[in-house]
Amino acid sequence: MRTNISRHKIRSPFVAKVEELSGQNLLACYQCGKCSAGCPAVSQMDILPNQIIRFAQLGLKEELLKSNSIWICASCLTCNVRCPKGINIAEVIEAVRQILLRKREDHVKVEELSDSERGDVPPIALISNFRKFTS
Amino acid sequence: MKLSYFPGCTLKNHAKNFEDSALCSLKNLDVEVEEIRRWNCCGTVYSLATDDLIHHVAPVRNLIRAKEAGSDKLMTLCAMCYNTLKRSNERVRSNPEDLDIINDFMYREDIDYKGDVDVVHLLEILKNEIKFENIAKKSVKSLKGLKVASYYGCYLVRPQEIGFDDVENPMIMDELMTALGAEAIDFPYKVECCGAYQTVDKPEIIADRTNQILSSSLKQGAEVVTVSCPLCAFNLDQRQKETQQKFPEFKNIPILYFSQLLAIALGCPQDSLRLDLHYIDPKPILKEKGLI
Repeated sequence: MRTNISRHKIRSPFVAKVEELSGQNLLACYQCGKCSAGCPAVSQMDILPNQIIRFAQLGLKEELLKSNSIWICASCLTCNVRCPKGINIAEVIEAVRQILLRKREDHVKVEELSDSERGDVPPIALISNFRKFTS
Repeated sequence: MKLSYFPGCTLKNHAKNFEDSALCSLKNLDVEVEEIRRWNCCGTVYSLATDDLIHHVAPVRNLIRAKEAGSDKLMTLCAMCYNTLKRSNERVRSNPEDLDIINDFMYREDIDYKGDVDVVHLLEILKNEIKFENIAKKSVKSLKGLKVASYYGCYLVRPQEIGFDDVENPMIMDELMTALGAEAIDFPYKVECCGAYQTVDKPEIIADRTNQILSSSLKQGAEVVTVSCPLCAFNLDQRQKETQQKFPEFKNIPILYFSQLLAIALGCPQDSLRLDLHYIDPKPILKEKGLI
């Protein structure tokens, strides 16, 4: 993958927004990779959790917004409790999700779910799914 | 002892086996439980975005309901309710400005919330207040010979601030099972995420996790797996169907709430166990061990 890095991207409003919504200092990350090593979802992700932080540091907005990883993460918080720098990685991923959801770009379209997808699961599954994947 | 109780959305339907067995157990332990009036959904997940105050309104409103019931302690059974209520509570306790905004928003409530209700999980009540040794004394049926792997999942133990148990190696359910006479089985996937709400739109992920988690428990010799979260229970029990389809070598194992095993030990009637709500039938193994 070819990626262009620029001072403009690094100082973009996108990076500031991710830091604001997540409450995290992205530059605290030194890329040890422990978050990705312990993440139960990495096998399904196109960008790993440590890479999400790196991409966010560099302001690679388009790459992050189109990644499937932000929708694979279930906020299990394993990364958060293991980060040696105390960064809440799950909150950074939440911030990226929120940037899309707040523009009404829902990941799950409730009206397109089948009867069995809606009817067979308990309320706790539907509510949490819609809380995380719809605006 | 009298406790205010918050059931949450799933305890009244899919997880009725959790509620009925827990309430019967508490009755047999001489604890009076009162369900709070007019409770509402907690939201199921704690909002991770810094500015998202609106999603703390629902949890805080439930804390007002506890206060209205004259209680300074609110007990939950569901791990996700526990996490959401407790974290929202901590958030408004440590951010008085946020609490003011939320109280202003709920101006039609009779009282303001002042941060003076503690959120506790049933397991904490059992361990810290009733104490496991007293439960063992009141037990009328030993779980001796039953090999139980306790699965904690995510929201009962993470993040650290929840302060429930060790985040990597929680033991509270194992200790309870040991106190009831069962053999607690250790296994490496006890805090690994089951995939949670991905079960709605990506059930194939749940099949992968269920295969990993349950196969690991079976490899360690478990005969049943206990849980404390209705979403974990759904994924690990009902999704064994999809798991079996995806992994033909996968072997089934019954999933029980810890409260169901507690109810058996405390002599609760079998109808309080609601064993009809399970996909993988726990009755054969419970009969084999002489427990039902």
